[in-house]
Amino acid sequence: MRKVSKIRPEYVNKKGFEFSRWLDGETDPYLDKIEIRPKKEKKRPSYDDAEERKRLKEKLYDPSQNKELKIFFHLYRIMCVIFCLVLIGVLWATVSYLPPTGDADRPDNNEVSARYIEQGLQETGAVNIVTGMILDYRAFDTFGESNVLFIATITVFILLRVDKKEKDKESDLTIKEEEENDRIYEPKNDAILQKAATLLVPVILLFGIYVVLNGHLSPGGGFSGGAIMGAGLILYLNAFGFKKTERFFSWKTYKWICFLALSFYAIAKSYSFYTGANHMESGIPLGEPGAILSSGLILPLNICVGLVVACTMYAFYVMFRKGGF
Amino acid sequence: MELFTYILMGFLLVCAIAVSFSKKLLNSILIFMSYSLIMSIIWILLESPDLAITEAAVGAGVTSILFFITLKKIHAMRGDEESE
Repeated sequence: MRKVSKIRPEYVNKKGFEFSRWLDGETDPYLDKIEIRPKKEKKRPSYDDAEERKRLKEKLYDPSQNKELKIFFHLYRIMCVIFCLVLIGVLWATVSYLPPTGDADRPDNNEVSARYIEQGLQETGAVNIVTGMILDYRAFDTFGESNVLFIATITVFILLRVDKKEKDKESDLTIKEEEENDRIYEPKNDAILQKAATLLVPVILLFGIYVVLNGHLSPGGGFSGGAIMGAGLILYLNAFGFKKTERFFSWKTYKWICFLALSFYAIAKSYSFYTGANHMESGIPLGEPGAILSSGLILPLNICVGLVVACTMYAFYVMFRKGGF
Repeated sequence: MELFTYILMGFLLVCAIAVSFSKKLLNSILIFMSYSLIMSIIWILLESPDLAITEAAVGAGVTSILFFITLKKIHAMRGDEESE
């Protein structure tokens, strides 16, 4: 309500207000703003009486008194069950039409997968055939996925952001109160949590880095490794609070890491797109299978995806918890 | 091994049904976490360790943590008597 009253005087001076009044038949713009009839007050039925209101509410929302509501609830339940059954039936019917697993005549058993399996190691240099596929043959898909993650973070930021300036204006008390509440609900100085975190966080982060760096050799890759690193960061944040993490990870860090990683990915892959599937010279040879410095561009791309995913996971958590970095 | 897979599949079904039928949101999330863990074991049995790692980290880890924070923000973590 406060905001409306603030905006109102500005609105009165505008053409739109005059137009709306003219539309309502209150003034005539050609007769020098003569009031034709008094501004009408919108009549709203007043239910100031609390008891009256309560009675109405009960009448409206109590299924035993409102017959239509009762019928609606019954219908709702029946329709829910019918809808679920139909959905299950449709899905089952669709699955029964799928070719059985391991059938030689399956449509996906064609020359594409045969080539991936036979020549994948030679062409991409990745021992882990899955990474060879998603970061070399199908690198554009992965690029789209990383961008989706970035866009998702932006969307969450738009939805959950708490504007600090506006909050400061209201009063400083609310911030302090909320911080205290945060403390009540989530003990930041929990001894057990902190001890466990000091033991676990380095191991988790190292494992995440290992999974990212060995994406082309062993199971894993950018996405899984990034998720593990993000989980480790979240654990650290939970144990030691925002003050410690803000020293090395702020909104600016997030922005720059995501920007650099995504733009490197985009440049590397658009190069190969515009030069007819030539790969950018990365200085890393396709090399012998098994060595870390092998398989060309896959290693840097893996690192890019890992960084984006780790930052996204951490940013999601921070945004949900505090509404901004 | 076949039997083990069937047992896991059974657990999966039970978890999936229990999520929707449990009254407390907190319990639903915990069951959802166990669903993800069982799923990651099944991924390993299906010989796709890449997916297993991702499922364990994202499904059981990060997603449920986000659910927990959301529950805390809407003050649904405590028992029923305090939520009203």
